[in-house]
Amino acid sequence: MSKPRLVVIGNGMAGVRTIEELLKIRPDHYRITIFGAEPHPNYNRILLSPVLAGEMSTQEIVLNELDWYRDNGIELHTGRQIVTIDRVARKVIADDGFAAEYDRLLIATGSTPFMLPVPGNDLPGVVGYRDLKDTDEMIDAARRYSHAVVIGGGLLGLEAANGLKLRGMDVTVVHLGAWLLERQLDERAGRMLQKSLEERGLKFLLEKQTEALIKGESGRVAAIRLQDGVQLAADLVVMAAGIRPNYALAEAAGIYCKRGIVVNDTMQTYDPKVYAVGECVSHRGIAYGLVAPLFEQAKVAANHLADYGIARYTGSVTSTKLKVTGIDLFSAGEYMGGQDAEEIVLNDPAGGVYKKLVIRDDKLIGSVLYGDTADGPWYFQLLKDRRDIHDIRDSLIFGQSLVGDVGHAGNSRAAGLAESAEVCGCNGVSKGTIIKGIKENGLFTLDEVKRHTKAASSCGSCAGLVEQILASTIGGAYTPASSDTKPVCACTELPHKLVRETIRDQHLTSKEAVFAFMEWKTPDGCEKCRPAVNYYLISTWPDEARDDPQSRFINERAHANIQKDGTFSVVPRMWGGLTTPAELRAIADAAEKYQVPTVKLTGGQRIDLLGIRKEDLPRIWADLNAAGMVSGHAYGKSIRTVKTCVGAEHCRFGTQMAMDMGIKLERMLFDMYAPHKVKLAVSGCPRNCAEAGIKDVGVIGVDSGYELYVGGNGGIKTEVAQFLCKVKHDEEVMAYSGAFLQLYREEGWYLERTCHFLARVGLDYVKRRVVADDPGRQALHARLLDSLKNARDPWQTSRTGDAVRQFVPLRVEA
Amino acid sequence: MSNWKRICQLDEIPRLGSRVVQGTKSGDIALFRTAADQVFALHDKCPHKSGPLSQGIVHGERVSCPLHGWNIRLDDGQAVAPDVGSCRSFAVSVRDGEVFLAV
Repeated sequence: MSKPRLVVIGNGMAGVRTIEELLKIRPDHYRITIFGAEPHPNYNRILLSPVLAGEMSTQEIVLNELDWYRDNGIELHTGRQIVTIDRVARKVIADDGFAAEYDRLLIATGSTPFMLPVPGNDLPGVVGYRDLKDTDEMIDAARRYSHAVVIGGGLLGLEAANGLKLRGMDVTVVHLGAWLLERQLDERAGRMLQKSLEERGLKFLLEKQTEALIKGESGRVAAIRLQDGVQLAADLVVMAAGIRPNYALAEAAGIYCKRGIVVNDTMQTYDPKVYAVGECVSHRGIAYGLVAPLFEQAKVAANHLADYGIARYTGSVTSTKLKVTGIDLFSAGEYMGGQDAEEIVLNDPAGGVYKKLVIRDDKLIGSVLYGDTADGPWYFQLLKDRRDIHDIRDSLIFGQSLVGDVGHAGNSRAAGLAESAEVCGCNGVSKGTIIKGIKENGLFTLDEVKRHTKAASSCGSCAGLVEQILASTIGGAYTPASSDTKPVCACTELPHKLVRETIRDQHLTSKEAVFAFMEWKTPDGCEKCRPAVNYYLISTWPDEARDDPQSRFINERAHANIQKDGTFSVVPRMWGGLTTPAELRAIADAAEKYQVPTVKLTGGQRIDLLGIRKEDLPRIWADLNAAGMVSGHAYGKSIRTVKTCVGAEHCRFGTQMAMDMGIKLERMLFDMYAPHKVKLAVSGCPRNCAEAGIKDVGVIGVDSGYELYVGGNGGIKTEVAQFLCKVKHDEEVMAYSGAFLQLYREEGWYLERTCHFLARVGLDYVKRRVVADDPGRQALHARLLDSLKNARDPWQTSRTGDAVRQFVPLRVEA
Repeated sequence: MSNWKRICQLDEIPRLGSRVVQGTKSGDIALFRTAADQVFALHDKCPHKSGPLSQGIVHGERVSCPLHGWNIRLDDGQAVAPDVGSCRSFAVSVRDGEVFLAV
């Protein structure tokens, strides 16, 4: 049987992106034909501004080379415009009479610039700003003429004006609105923007309407006349007063259109064989003009074209960044506020900083940032996640405190960085390298940037900075996925949240069942999803799911930490950081016996034996076991250590028995696995010598009992733990800490530390579950104890039987 | 001509796991077993920073290096794009549940 035929009208970003998404999930389903009216392969329209500004070449913005079409068996017709869709015969006809039949049709005809209906709008020298041809015409005009007028002070208009100015023209922007970018900015930010653009030599005429374009002696446009009679010289007029969706072709074919081709949530038009995506579309009454929503639409359309039929497009929240080098501007959501909305504003005109946050019902619904956009991605994430901001409201405007974030020399503002500045301290990646990677490879997401440039791919502390660089390089194309919808990995479309919930709701107890039920795209997952799925299974169904060692990272499989040379490190547990002469003697003996090259004290009050060969692990464990010591789990997404001070046992200031409390907690949590590592500390008084303020659970003794703090972190980004509650007795410390950790174990996403979990769900939620709800807390604590009832020392159980095999090398038999 | 050596039984390599073969003249060799019981052999050194591939997670016909997560194709030892590099591969054959390696 021959394959069904898919025809695409439109060889632009939306149409081709849909095909890319389709090829990803169902590569051989269709015979694909693409028609493009322009003579080029698919290029990155967003980067026309840098081309105009002379920062990039035309060749650099091509997204899909001709080879790509050929390698994927796609028949490409460039320079051929489709003029008729015959829905009865199911074929499309081009301007030269060429026809192609389809079984499915995808319309992605995009939009055209709106040409003001004024006399002279068709004169030579009057251009819209849409494609490479327009851009070339503008570059050419800049070479030969001196006066340019841009009509429209929106994103496109300002970028055009900036580019022409950089090419040496005298540029005036004529704008109908009362301030610039009135669809993206409030008045104050608009005025600040105007001031800094004026400092670069641009001129503005606001609240002015164009009356006519006047022909010069050469027949080319020579001037523009405004309604108030003012006349300006203009050898080039750029119309950037908005776009109009191209839907005439679809409408002529009888497909229902209303200011765009009307589609439902599956991107299907009123003709079920015809889909449409991109700027030509009207979805729920909205036609999007930014590229990020188009990509979301492309994904949904591809899913349905592949006959999967599960994706829905429900609209997009968009954010804006102006791609004018050196100007920091960010806006998102309902930035104007309005009825029952509240505003938080920070205004520092002298410092050139303005921030406005718009809030409704304790949720962030919009933001405008000018001058300092460091926190743009963070605000946008809060906005998309619809996170309750009640508990962080008082410091919200100051941003996601970057204090303590390490590895990039304290930098928090991408725009001001030199190209040579090191952004990723782990992998030594500079800002220039990141920008080059984004432009040359056509990258649109943080994950793509991580893969290609390695920036932010190790510790991730610079991810915010990399996002900013991405956002300022590709502007409106940048949109972070909401955390709730970001797929676990490339093996699935499903996010952590859904995978967790489905495992629970559908009672799935093996990875095979998970992959089958949720239709994984790979047969057995990858190194990212398998450990996550394994953790979800064993934490959700502790009595039924069997732990799969091959789905664990080597450290958890070998119960030791792999080092750069392939040797391992061994850390025996020292409950509460206490040890004995006998234990120390046994450790010293083992270190000598196995010729351990390095013996080191860890930050968590333990002793680390480094440089041990894998085959020696079972033997050294046996020796340590014999002296009464067990695994310290220094290698796992598990309980690591409970650090203590000497407490009231010895200290003259101590109010509580910190060592005893620490030992009790550590014994309770022994062998506990979690989404990520877990560290505790107990201090006997508020002097806090055990540094409980930066632990996942920090316990601080006071005269009347204990204060409990949660969600602290001393790592990549220092996070101070937040106060949870105060309790009186040791038993309560165990119950509350246990309940909090069980909540994290049940609802945290894999590789999410408690500080991230807390940032996502909010402290209020945790208090409700752990502090306010007595039966709920008891149940959480009981489930924790139940899942740990069979806890055993992995060093003991991995030394014998089949488990020991991995430590024994094979040899070639003679 | 290759020199086939018997190494072990197939069952001694865990599915989606690996074993290390020592004492060959080519140094340590990692033997991998896929979910479909195919066995592959690669030099046990990642082309990136010499991480022991035998300690990585096996998925499909790839292994992820335990040190920095590079993905290496089991069949030809090539790094998966965008990473670039290659690692020597060795012929393996499985007969009657026994694994033989060409070294």
